[in-house]
Amino acid sequence: MPDYRVLNAGDTAIVVEFGESIDRRLSTWVLALARRLDEARLDGIVETVPTFRSLLVHYDPLILSTASLAARIAELMQGLQVTEQGGRLWRLPACYDPCVGLDLDDVAARTGLSPAQVIERHSAVTYHVYMLGFLPGQAYMGDVPSELTLARRESPRLKIPAGSLAIASAMTCIFPMETPCGWHLIGRSPVALWERGPRPRALLAPGDQVIFAPVSLREYERLLAKAADGTLDIFPLDEAVEAAA
Amino acid sequence: MIAALRILAPGLLTTVQDLGRPGYQSLGIPMSGALDPVSLRAANALVGNNLDAGALEVAYVGPTIAVEADDVRLSFVGAQAAIDILPDTAATTGTRIETMRSIRVRRGEVIRIGSLSGGAVLYVAVEGGFDIPPVLGSVSTYLRGGFGGWQGRALAAGDRLPLCRSAAPARDECRIEGLDLRAPARVRAIIGPQKDYFSETEIASFFAGQYTVCAGSDRMGMRLQGRPVDHARGYNITSDGIAAGSIQVPGNGQPIILLADRQTTGGYPKIATVISADLPALGRLPMGATIAFEQVTIEAAQALRRDLFSEIERIGEKIVPISPAATDMAPMLLDHNLISGVVDAHNWTL
Repeated sequence: MPDYRVLNAGDTAIVVEFGESIDRRLSTWVLALARRLDEARLDGIVETVPTFRSLLVHYDPLILSTASLAARIAELMQGLQVTEQGGRLWRLPACYDPCVGLDLDDVAARTGLSPAQVIERHSAVTYHVYMLGFLPGQAYMGDVPSELTLARRESPRLKIPAGSLAIASAMTCIFPMETPCGWHLIGRSPVALWERGPRPRALLAPGDQVIFAPVSLREYERLLAKAADGTLDIFPLDEAVEAAA
Repeated sequence: MIAALRILAPGLLTTVQDLGRPGYQSLGIPMSGALDPVSLRAANALVGNNLDAGALEVAYVGPTIAVEADDVRLSFVGAQAAIDILPDTAATTGTRIETMRSIRVRRGEVIRIGSLSGGAVLYVAVEGGFDIPPVLGSVSTYLRGGFGGWQGRALAAGDRLPLCRSAAPARDECRIEGLDLRAPARVRAIIGPQKDYFSETEIASFFAGQYTVCAGSDRMGMRLQGRPVDHARGYNITSDGIAAGSIQVPGNGQPIILLADRQTTGGYPKIATVISADLPALGRLPMGATIAFEQVTIEAAQALRRDLFSEIERIGEKIVPISPAATDMAPMLLDHNLISGVVDAHNWTL
């Protein structure tokens, strides 16, 4: 059982904190507890929000007392396994052409690698989705290889386009919508992590795994056109296998 | 033609809001919902709606609205405002009415809501509600995400908001009495979750201090200005979740209280969290107001939450008919049954 502490975040939320850093092991604890709590379907829990190192549990104390909630969490912690993770595996197309990866050359210069090496290193990793946050559907994925870890840009951009693939410290993100951003832009993905419309949805969930498949600028534009038509269907790899069978 | 309210002038920031969109914060989707959920419920109660129905949240400066329905019953609860009912779009003067009441308005008439005073928000509910499809279970507008409410944005001139009903039956109009919407002397808060990031002296002076609600405050966060709060261990934490009312302290030491459209996670330490029973009062505090905090225990906070919800359950008792003599309305049928049975307070969202 991992070490943890429970902190009150007001009278209707508690933080179950496993540590203070970004750490794959802490994240798996967080996600395992989130899963157990969701499965326990306790009356009075409104929702849970996993983050890098903690789980925020929103609850209604008039239905579930703080003490009972803490006691249930202590029970659920017993025998918690880091392997209890039900994430899906995704392969997402990513275009690293300098036309869309505006900082690719700069990242190469800062890391002492060639642009081709930056692309090769970034796309060689199977990333873990630590959490979603900042914007609807925005997944924080890690860990970026240590050779590519850079602090944020000194001057953030006021606007980056939707789909921008970027890195900062040990994290990589596809930004689901236009936003100000201080991250280093190394490419773009045609995949909408956040689908607008009457039934909006987030593609990725905490605990998922992601591989980036490099595509040419031309292929990116073709996929982007399909995405605009609503015909770019992206499935998790296991489901894609089933769909093809 | 579909019954609607047509927006002639939108006001400063008028959005459709209900009690919010719980259940999607793990996907980065904020709660949203009314800044003052007590006034929203009271506005709905005045027109016989479910208390959690969507209504217009008006901020600071009100809209001007033309009625495109046989008639419609509206209610106004929240900040004070000069509300005029004009006979048509060409008129410049009409009948002045107070807030905290319902009124029936006829086709072609215009409701003009002026600047708000004594609060940041006013809720305008319509009998039967707006015919707007919920997105992820809620009609609340999430401005930054561009979805929910009316086309995911604040109302604009020319918008026509469809109504569920094309007429409002004649009956006595009502007002709500004894709903205390005054600004509290002190906003109560529970210390933490990141109290470790502040020295005891800093925490004590935070609770002793006085802050002003500044410009730049919005539905996402209320920006405060006062004596800066010093950090003991820097101002960056690894992102964790954000509860409603979290008081985060960024690098400049000026606290920000996170409100309805708050981001789901954040990387600044949070010195304290406003208790759930005080969130509605916090939501109506306008820019320029002063604010001070009082530390309470979680037990006290939960008792106050219980009190607030029992008051909400009894909100119908505060609703009284306006005597027909006091209005210039056509003769109305008294229908006292209307109010009983409308109070469904079991959606305990704040």
